[in-house]
Amino acid sequence: MSDPVQRPRSFQEIILALQTYWARQGCAILQPYDMEVGAGTFHPATTLRSLGTNPWAAAYVQPSRRPTDGRYGENPNRLQHYYQYQVLIKPSPPNLQELYLGSLQAIGIDMALHDIRFVEDDWESPTLGAWGLGWEVWCDGMEVSQFTYFQQVGGHDCHPVSGELTYGLERLAMYVLGVDHVMDMPFNSPDAPIPLTYGDIFKQTEEEFARWNFDVANTEVLLNHFVEAENECNAILSQDAQDPKTGKRIIMAHPAYDQCIKASHIFNLLDARGVISVTERQAYIGRVRTLAKACADAFVQTRAGGWSEDAA
Amino acid sequence: MPDLLIELFSEEIPARMQARAADDLKKLITNGLVEAGLTYASAAAFSTPRRLTLTVEGMLDASPSITEERKGPKADAPGKAIEGFLRGAGLTRDQLEERETPKGNILFAMIKKPGRPASEIVAEVLETTIRNFPWPKSMRWGTGSLRWVRPLHSILCILTAEDGAQVVPMTVDGIEAGATTRGHRFLAPDTITVSNFDDYTAKLKRAFVVLDPAERRDAIWHDATNMAFANGLEVVEDAGLLAEVAGLVEWPVVLMGRIGDDFLDLPPEVLQTSMKEHQKFFSVRHPKSGRIERFITVANRTTADDGVTILAGNEKVLSARLSDAKFFWENDLRIAKSDAGMQTWVDRLSNVTFHNKLGTQAELISRMEALAGELAPMVGADAVEAREAARFAKADLSSEMVYEFPELQGLMGSYYAKAAGKSDAIADAAQDHYAPLGPSDDVPTAPVSIAVALAEKLDKLTGFWAIDEKPTGSKDPFALRRAALGVIRILVENDVRHPFMYSHLMALIAEHIGYDEKDREQLIDVMAEFNERAKLLDQLPSNRMTPDLAKFVGDKMRSEFGSKAEELKTTGENLRKKLEVAKDRAADLLSFLHDRLKVYLKDQGVRHDIIDACIAMEGNDDLTLLVKRAKALSETLKTDDGENLIQGFKRANNILSQAEAADGVEYSYGADIKFAETDEERALFDALDKAEAQINPAMAAQDFTAAMSAMASLRGPIDAFFDAVQVNSDNSTVRRNRLNLLSRIRAICSSVADLTKIDG
Repeated sequence: MSDPVQRPRSFQEIILALQTYWARQGCAILQPYDMEVGAGTFHPATTLRSLGTNPWAAAYVQPSRRPTDGRYGENPNRLQHYYQYQVLIKPSPPNLQELYLGSLQAIGIDMALHDIRFVEDDWESPTLGAWGLGWEVWCDGMEVSQFTYFQQVGGHDCHPVSGELTYGLERLAMYVLGVDHVMDMPFNSPDAPIPLTYGDIFKQTEEEFARWNFDVANTEVLLNHFVEAENECNAILSQDAQDPKTGKRIIMAHPAYDQCIKASHIFNLLDARGVISVTERQAYIGRVRTLAKACADAFVQTRAGGWSEDAA
Repeated sequence: MPDLLIELFSEEIPARMQARAADDLKKLITNGLVEAGLTYASAAAFSTPRRLTLTVEGMLDASPSITEERKGPKADAPGKAIEGFLRGAGLTRDQLEERETPKGNILFAMIKKPGRPASEIVAEVLETTIRNFPWPKSMRWGTGSLRWVRPLHSILCILTAEDGAQVVPMTVDGIEAGATTRGHRFLAPDTITVSNFDDYTAKLKRAFVVLDPAERRDAIWHDATNMAFANGLEVVEDAGLLAEVAGLVEWPVVLMGRIGDDFLDLPPEVLQTSMKEHQKFFSVRHPKSGRIERFITVANRTTADDGVTILAGNEKVLSARLSDAKFFWENDLRIAKSDAGMQTWVDRLSNVTFHNKLGTQAELISRMEALAGELAPMVGADAVEAREAARFAKADLSSEMVYEFPELQGLMGSYYAKAAGKSDAIADAAQDHYAPLGPSDDVPTAPVSIAVALAEKLDKLTGFWAIDEKPTGSKDPFALRRAALGVIRILVENDVRHPFMYSHLMALIAEHIGYDEKDREQLIDVMAEFNERAKLLDQLPSNRMTPDLAKFVGDKMRSEFGSKAEELKTTGENLRKKLEVAKDRAADLLSFLHDRLKVYLKDQGVRHDIIDACIAMEGNDDLTLLVKRAKALSETLKTDDGENLIQGFKRANNILSQAEAADGVEYSYGADIKFAETDEERALFDALDKAEAQINPAMAAQDFTAAMSAMASLRGPIDAFFDAVQVNSDNSTVRRNRLNLLSRIRAICSSVADLTKIDG
């Protein structure tokens, strides 16, 4: 926490500051997962790695999509595509709150002038069969992060417990940079030869995706995709652990989980298209949860999930 | 007499759990201490966002030693029995006492249990308490297995006597108790060592922690009201918010901020809700105009810039929040004022499920609309207006503002209805039709609001009764008890009569279970057609009706109507079954309403047996009338005459019932004064005539008070009659006449209420 605080001037500087900070705390700095997800939690580096007994420490940026939040780039705070910064450490270290506060300082928040508060906010993901206790962290009344101690993921009790930090990057950056509309936020340095704002990069895509999400996405195709992903997930998990070709024990937890992520995102798209009724909603969420649980069951049977030949 | 100080220091405890947790800590520890023999003078518990603290003063320094006497075998018992006893008691033979008893010489063991030092007991009790703490939700962290509300970091546990403070040696899940704590997370994060409770509170205060939540509350309220007053404004009181905010800070610093001019014209309820729900701000209003002009936020620290940065941040967040609210408000107003108006929202509700067996919100609304129209004349409302009010009462459920702030439902509806140019009565109904929300909530009083509020609740009750989802035990997920109480209160407190409630409930339930009036009409139509054709046969001259023709016509009729007849039979049968179900369910719902009514009247001091006596009377589905009857009876029974009349009535009724049972006849022929033998008998005749002359018209006018006071006036004559007269006279004519006289007492009294149900 002793680094001299240099006020960042752009969105990417804040991301870089977080990357540097968490790298210094010993986290593996991962890259975003290459699939459409609703939140950083869906990255297997969080969902699956929070399971089992193996220690873990990772941090990464995750582009996240929430089709229903699209506002054609007009709302100052809402986007259908945005970035989350995610940190997961297992077991949760005793000084996780201090580490977290250090990260705020690293991005230029002066601890002596601001009012930081931990306000109760229990996290639950019905689609992942996961829950945890923690807070939303307030800086001068604004929610800047979610802080969660995972208790259960994919229906499995977490032992040891992971500590998860999620930063909504746009909101946090807007606050630090003093910007009122997300589209006005400098993405690279304002002094760069070609200065780019967030809007230069994303205003058009927000419009295009909002139109597609709300009015154009082919619901029939999506409904089929949902069922296909569900079937594929189940088919993958029904294979023998023993690979007939290599003779190795290869449980395909990650490929199956990819299908689960896919089903989850398709559900979000269908929801944005307004074709899912209130009663159906619960049923769809239940179906994704069933997949997530099956993937979790499979993962804990793998080495990364804490399985070992000796114990078996 | 040492003092005990315990502090459990953790990461931030949810504000809503703190007060209860402090109470639990006090209860569990002190109970545990007392159970182990450690009594104490006083105890108090406190909480902040990061700590639970308990101080126990004047505690024993050790539990008292106890001697327990245990009875053993006889002195001359076999060696094995005595050895067993010695093993159990942990003594040797020479330590036993031999006593002479009527049963012979018996061995007694005196087992001494030495007292235990307080620190040992405290360590045990504290560990048990921590391990079994009743948090509403608890968690594990790291690699540990201990559960706490959030990670527990340290335990302070010291016993302080004249010779100083001593740490109670104990460890829970790797956390070792000590004599240290920490101050404010940011202002004084270092370790503090304390020696007793006063030292602890004083050092905490120097380290920017106010331990006592009541002190934090008072300080916040004091500063907030002063700050508002200095600006000619006042803080909107909110005890719940105050308690919550006091649970979010260890070092409260009150700051007052501005609300952007753009937002000052939002409805005050919207400002207040948005500020409270999202930001935990207090609203500050102008005392005259009531307009909300500022907000108060409570920070958890002082800063070098006196909170300027903090306040600027909060103002900015609020402005983003209120931009959303304003956006919703303006979008909603645009729709409300458009040509299609609020109907746009009603139409959208056809996509929203009310209950999967009771259809969509839009269907609910059309049922409410019809029902409000039916009820309107009964409550003195214009039927057209009542229907319109019902149609739009729930329209705001589709509005963006209510989607964001569900607690503003109804209220927003009334704003939007006014904006849409609806009458005030319609706008008010949108806001009031959910009422009453609880036993102390006001009931709607305007006729249109009454019609819509009743329609909403009656539809709900009959709907859930139709699908057989009634409340059971403590489970009442659809708040049907509240709806029933609402119906009762709206009717009774507005003095509205619903004289055919039972049939109405039945009709509504029948509709819910798919009883279709059209089926019945079709049945009648086909019957009519059949009769028409049959009449044609009659018109044939009889001489033309040959057996062949008769057979031809008969076959034709059969082939034409035969299949229809089967169909009609099924339809008729289905209709009958549905009506049967509706009848049973309506009776059940009425008795549910009666049960709620009993609770309602009991709260007003009317005994349950009095209510039963009135429910037993005909017309008991007219709840308003029922309440009047019960209250009149209750008042009457409070008088001396009333109370004693019941005795007289019961005596008359018992004698009469026994005689009727024994004689196998009913004595209702009518008594004749000419067979009266005594003055008391004749006086009773007179009194009954007089009472009857008063009671009958009073009952016809439903003036229960007059009827009952006339009834109570019978007390004297009836008592005098029983004192002087033997009913069972040897003279059978006289006896019969007297029994018939008792029958008149019973008839007259029973026209008022079923007095047999009255206790005593």
